[in-house]
Amino acid sequence: MEYGPAPESRSDVDRWLADHKASFDLFIDGSWIAAKSGNKFPSHSPANGELLAQLSEAGKSDVDDAVKAARKALPAWQKLGCHGRARYLYAIARHIQKKSRFFAVLESMDNGKPIRETRDIDIPLAARHFYHHTGWAQLMDSELAGYEAVGVVGQIIPWNFPLLMLSWKIAPALAMGNTVVMKPAEFTSLTALAFAELCQAVGLPPGVVNIVTGAGETGAALVNHEDVNKIAFTGSTDVGRIIRRATAGTGKKLSLELGGKSPFIVFDDADLDSVVEGVVDAIWFNQGQVCCAGSRLLVQENIAETLYERIKARMENLRIGDPLDKAVDIGAIVDPIQLARIRELVDLGVAEGSQLWQPSTPCPTEGCFYPPSLFTGVSPSSTIAQEEIFGPVLVAMTFRTPSEAVALANNTRYGLAASIWTENINLALDIAPKVIAGTVWINCTNAFDAASGFGGYRESGFGREGGIEGLWEYVKPHQRKPGPAKKASKSKPSKPPMRMGIDRTAKLYIGGKQVRPDGANSLIVKDAWGRDCGEVGRGNRKDIRNAVEKAHAAKAWTKTTSHHRAQVLYYVAENLETRRDEFARRLSALCGLGQVEAELEVDLSIQRIFSFAAYADKYDGRVHQTPFRNVTLAMNEAVGVIGVICPDESPLLAFVTTVSAAISMGNRVVVIPSEAHPLVITDFYQVLETSDVPGGVVNIVTGHRDELTEVLANHDDVDGIWYFGEAAMARKIEYASAETMKRTWVESGSNIDWSQIDNYPRFLRRATEVKNIWVPYGE
Amino acid sequence: MADQKNIKLVEQSQPMSDFERNPGVPLELDWVRDVRVNRSAVERRTSTLGTRRSIKKTWQAAWLIKAIQCIDLTTLAGDDTPGNVARLCAKARNPVRADVMQGLGLHDLQLQTAAVCVYHNFIETAVRAVQGTSIQVAAVSTGFPAGSVPFEHKVRQIRDAVALGATEIDIVISRNLVLTGQWQALYDEVKAYREACGDAHMKSILATGELATLRNVARASHVCMMAGSDFIKTSTGKEAENAVLPVGLVMVRAIRDFYQATGYKVGFKPAGGIRTAKESLVWLSLMKEELGREWCEPHLFRFGASSLLADIERQLEHNLTGRYSAHHRHPMA
Repeated sequence: MEYGPAPESRSDVDRWLADHKASFDLFIDGSWIAAKSGNKFPSHSPANGELLAQLSEAGKSDVDDAVKAARKALPAWQKLGCHGRARYLYAIARHIQKKSRFFAVLESMDNGKPIRETRDIDIPLAARHFYHHTGWAQLMDSELAGYEAVGVVGQIIPWNFPLLMLSWKIAPALAMGNTVVMKPAEFTSLTALAFAELCQAVGLPPGVVNIVTGAGETGAALVNHEDVNKIAFTGSTDVGRIIRRATAGTGKKLSLELGGKSPFIVFDDADLDSVVEGVVDAIWFNQGQVCCAGSRLLVQENIAETLYERIKARMENLRIGDPLDKAVDIGAIVDPIQLARIRELVDLGVAEGSQLWQPSTPCPTEGCFYPPSLFTGVSPSSTIAQEEIFGPVLVAMTFRTPSEAVALANNTRYGLAASIWTENINLALDIAPKVIAGTVWINCTNAFDAASGFGGYRESGFGREGGIEGLWEYVKPHQRKPGPAKKASKSKPSKPPMRMGIDRTAKLYIGGKQVRPDGANSLIVKDAWGRDCGEVGRGNRKDIRNAVEKAHAAKAWTKTTSHHRAQVLYYVAENLETRRDEFARRLSALCGLGQVEAELEVDLSIQRIFSFAAYADKYDGRVHQTPFRNVTLAMNEAVGVIGVICPDESPLLAFVTTVSAAISMGNRVVVIPSEAHPLVITDFYQVLETSDVPGGVVNIVTGHRDELTEVLANHDDVDGIWYFGEAAMARKIEYASAETMKRTWVESGSNIDWSQIDNYPRFLRRATEVKNIWVPYGE
Repeated sequence: MADQKNIKLVEQSQPMSDFERNPGVPLELDWVRDVRVNRSAVERRTSTLGTRRSIKKTWQAAWLIKAIQCIDLTTLAGDDTPGNVARLCAKARNPVRADVMQGLGLHDLQLQTAAVCVYHNFIETAVRAVQGTSIQVAAVSTGFPAGSVPFEHKVRQIRDAVALGATEIDIVISRNLVLTGQWQALYDEVKAYREACGDAHMKSILATGELATLRNVARASHVCMMAGSDFIKTSTGKEAENAVLPVGLVMVRAIRDFYQATGYKVGFKPAGGIRTAKESLVWLSLMKEELGREWCEPHLFRFGASSLLADIERQLEHNLTGRYSAHHRHPMA
């Protein structure tokens, strides 16, 4: 009663490779073109080291050709319209399905993953992605009215799910009318090249999809290309950082899907046998080379030993070997480099004192194979509990209480996914929002679908792929036709006389209190006529630090009901209204506005607060239609602590717009008001104080804008930054954000007409992250 | 052609009497209370059982022979007569055409099904027909299939069946006791049946299609094992839902829990609806993966099936010749 070998036939793939003489060029502008350098690099099968093909290494000028081809193809592709593009996406989906076995075998040979997975998971999901996005292409005009394609998109994908990641990237890009230059991973380019042939077969217009093979330098050429409008990257956090820095200040749109160390949380009332199978799917799926692998097992202390025993027993039954064998659970690690990395980390784990357990199951000694491994007795401070191993290695820790489980789960730089196991839905739905992760699976794991967004928090990157939330990454608002230039400001009102009042130096507003600046320094503020009209505190880095701390402490604001947040915002508007004339006078004096204009800015501010108060309990999440018996809840969650740097334009209105947008969604903010006109904001302290805005929700630090902005940008505990100002600082912010993958929104302050905002969700999307929670059901 | 070396790995099954029976244990209500079954997760596991393992060529032939050795060849129809019961028994004695066995190199193997399974009134016919073999005669009892007859009648029916020569008794549990959570009553009932069985092995039919939830299946499994069942069995074949993998997985996991808690090995019998060789491989692979190799032997695993054998015969011939076979080429039961 042994299983015996059950090999899948590779003859179709062998024939295909032979037809191409095991050598491939680049796919540019619908044709196969040799790399200008003539450089080739080999692609091996990791299972046995067999040379599968020689691939072309695209250099800078090849990438340039590809980008040009994509640029050239762009207008016609967009002009084709929704339905026209939908037809192509549909054809691609159908063709993937028709060639599914071929793709499955090729992927298995090239990557080393078991044929069961490519056949049952990778390839069907790839087809599903194109089907799903056929629909989005069809519906773009109605569902994304007011938006258009970003343009030419550069996409760089990893080796762990080659064709699937290609689909995740290309399907939404094409659906929204973009054209693409794609660089597959150098270890696993073959299915992308087969996909290029598929594009030819369906008659996709030349240049809409271009495939350039190569390694890091090819990717860098794409990232740094001036005519690329967006970069979408999936891969390691380290490379993600490089890309974030490289694109800083270039205006390129960016989405990053990076690493993870995702928690797999098991409570003592879980179905333990099912948990064991969940663990198999979490960490021994694709040899553990999964960015969202449940690689940190957090188990309630009282059941830990029982669960470990069951996992070990199950591990004995895992079959490791030839990926093309239909009865194999664990295939080959993608490359010897990766294998060495896994070994190194496992050795380190042992050296650091954790207990390693591996089953007695035979593991092939030839080829890149690594046995399934379990570490117990791991502490959060162990290297293997913090570092992504990206291999079939599970590290286990125990917890005592639900809150400790959450604390351990969130004790990481990453935030990609989490899995929660309990038969108690109260507990499950209590923990899900508390875990910092873009995807939360309840009593399941590694469930994917095109209808559900996928992406990270923290250093796992930003942006989503899949679902409507993924589409925003590939569109931008319609460019407004530049209207007639605004008449240079109406005549300045006559200079009002200065009056000697009581000396008043505005302080900072931190934690709900007016506090003196740490540096005990102030700045003189000029009025519109260049006269000294007051002083504000000159905040420094410590004031920013304190403000961020107070903002973090004000967590209750995020947890409170959206109804309550709306009430507070309405109250702010009410109190601003009672002081309307005073604020108008101040604006008039500070900015030289006429009375009518000044009153208009105050009135618009009041309306703006009303708008975001209204949205507080109306910016709903969604229930995605994933093809499983489950509810996939796409919840909008606050980003956290956002630094808001206001422009000098419309000093009150811009402040009110950004701050109320952010706090309406439950964020807490640290605001640097307009440096030129801060007094109108320091006046606003009293409005906040009288409106029941809890201390710490809005913190305001006046001073030198650039100085303070840099401190915010380099603060690791700030989750997002909104900046409206000059390009040089925008670049610095984006560059600095790479360290912790802050969500940044940088825009030239004059780019936004603050009095003309009609697209509120544009702000709300910046104020939220979408968390997808999968809740299977059935008794 | 078949690699005969591998086929020879198939061995004669050992007689039931060689193995220790589950004597039962006192009722532990904690085990019933602590049952946790997540249906979605169970279904995810069973949906990949057949796709994670593929058994080909001679290995497949070996597995199919093992499947035959585990069959309770069954006829439980209203139109049964001594004639068709005798024919069934003849098939149990000679389940596979001699030339196919010869071709597979298994002519020395005394291949037969584990048992025949019949209604009470045909016990004697069956006993006569399998005389001289080790084929067990299993009788369905206790008011099969619904069990809605008085308790004393059920106990008497078991005693009578044993007296008539049945060596295995397939009892049905009172589903109402499960649906109303009367675990003590269920335990007492099954324990009484076990006592009535004496030396005959008892298979407890849960009729899972009428237990509403997988948790109830797990709870009933535990109670039946504590009460001394030798096997737990899914269905009578008369419920709307027959043996399905999620139910099977839940019962098999309960068997594992019981073994770990008590050291007693309880067998598993999926019954009803299993008609193809391919399905039989998935069930056997379920047993091997979840419980281990020992649970793939007839003392711990049975198929309750009537038409499964015919499909296995065709597959074995295909295995031998490479040609697809036809039903009429194989002797019917």
